[in-house]
Amino acid sequence: MADLFAGVTTSHVPAIGAALDNGKTAEPYWAPLFKGYEPTKAWFAKMKPDVAILVYNDHACAFSPDVVPTFAIGCADEFLPADEGWGARPVPVVKGDPEFASHIAQSVILDEFDFTIINNMTVDHGLTVPMSLMFGQPKEWPCRVVPIAVNVTQYPFPTGRRCYALGQAIRRAVETYEKDLRVVIMGTGGMSHQIHGPRAGLINSDFDARFLDNLTADPAALVAMPHLEYMREAGAESVELIMWLIMRGALDDAVEEIYRFYHVAASNTAVGHIILENKRSAVRA
Amino acid sequence: MSQLKHDYDDIPGTTVFDADLSRKGYHLNTFFFTLMKQENRDVFKADQTAYMSRFRLTEEQRAAVLARDWNEMIRLGGNIFFMLKLSFSDGMSVQQLAGAMTGMTAQQYAQMLLDGGRSIEGNRSKSEWANG
Repeated sequence: MADLFAGVTTSHVPAIGAALDNGKTAEPYWAPLFKGYEPTKAWFAKMKPDVAILVYNDHACAFSPDVVPTFAIGCADEFLPADEGWGARPVPVVKGDPEFASHIAQSVILDEFDFTIINNMTVDHGLTVPMSLMFGQPKEWPCRVVPIAVNVTQYPFPTGRRCYALGQAIRRAVETYEKDLRVVIMGTGGMSHQIHGPRAGLINSDFDARFLDNLTADPAALVAMPHLEYMREAGAESVELIMWLIMRGALDDAVEEIYRFYHVAASNTAVGHIILENKRSAVRA
Repeated sequence: MSQLKHDYDDIPGTTVFDADLSRKGYHLNTFFFTLMKQENRDVFKADQTAYMSRFRLTEEQRAAVLARDWNEMIRLGGNIFFMLKLSFSDGMSVQQLAGAMTGMTAQQYAQMLLDGGRSIEGNRSKSEWANG
């Protein structure tokens, strides 16, 4: 049986990818950030997941202005890095798991969450920067990926409550998959940031700290938070944090916080990162 | 426009790209989207006006692009994530783009972020900006 044993969240700032790709990780500006992900890389090397269900948002790369799906799942066998305007990132092709992804799609749609099924798409920094932070710069990514794209670029977005419930449906889907797979789910984006308009550059570290605390201990408090509160308190683009609730909904109520890292700022953005293991999995590992 | 009143309209210095703006900016954002291909970037850079004539942009939208007036592009329906295709084509970082919309110099904006970013205090509501 497939076992979803842990959840990981991280910001997915494009400049982090550029710093890695251009060999700047040792520079004083970037070194503290990359150091913060060293324990994460060790954790992944030890836990060796077969598949990562990676929740992210497309940044107007795979989806043109013609169509913006609210929830979409990538069922292809591979996903090429997107050219976002300066050439594609020099990172490995992302390998999918079409059979597992199709199973999740079928289960989740019949569970009343209407995924759009994507058979061909590129993936932008929203997906590849988290991969780089988790795995560094290998020739091939060490696990397969089921991409789940969430609309956070064109309002209205799905509510936090809906995202959390989608996570619960994804977990039910994983639990009915018969192959033995070790699965992690990742929620990406956030934390505080606003990258447009005269209020750009907003960072609210108190908001971020409360969010991280509640993610582990009291997700119900986060699920009830309206979009307005994210956008007002932590910058318009911080609303990406609703994707972290999909991760949290897929985990047990009782989780153990394995690791947390917070850093201000990378480019315009407060970087937050957390690793949560289901307590039952932590005991087994 | 939509019949709905938006709670987010009270956030200062912020434009939430919603379904109304999506419709207003459809052709503008379609233009940005094409800049994800190198051959299109090359043609655009060689003659910006000629390239833009392929799209059903308004005169205001064309002028905003030529002037690189990023806040004006937002007002006219530009979505920041589509606009990034243009700013990346111009060789700007996201920080340079965001900073350009604040009225600060690039250096002032970068320093503000090194110092922990723009505070939430005084930046929650339009009423705070109007009084301050």
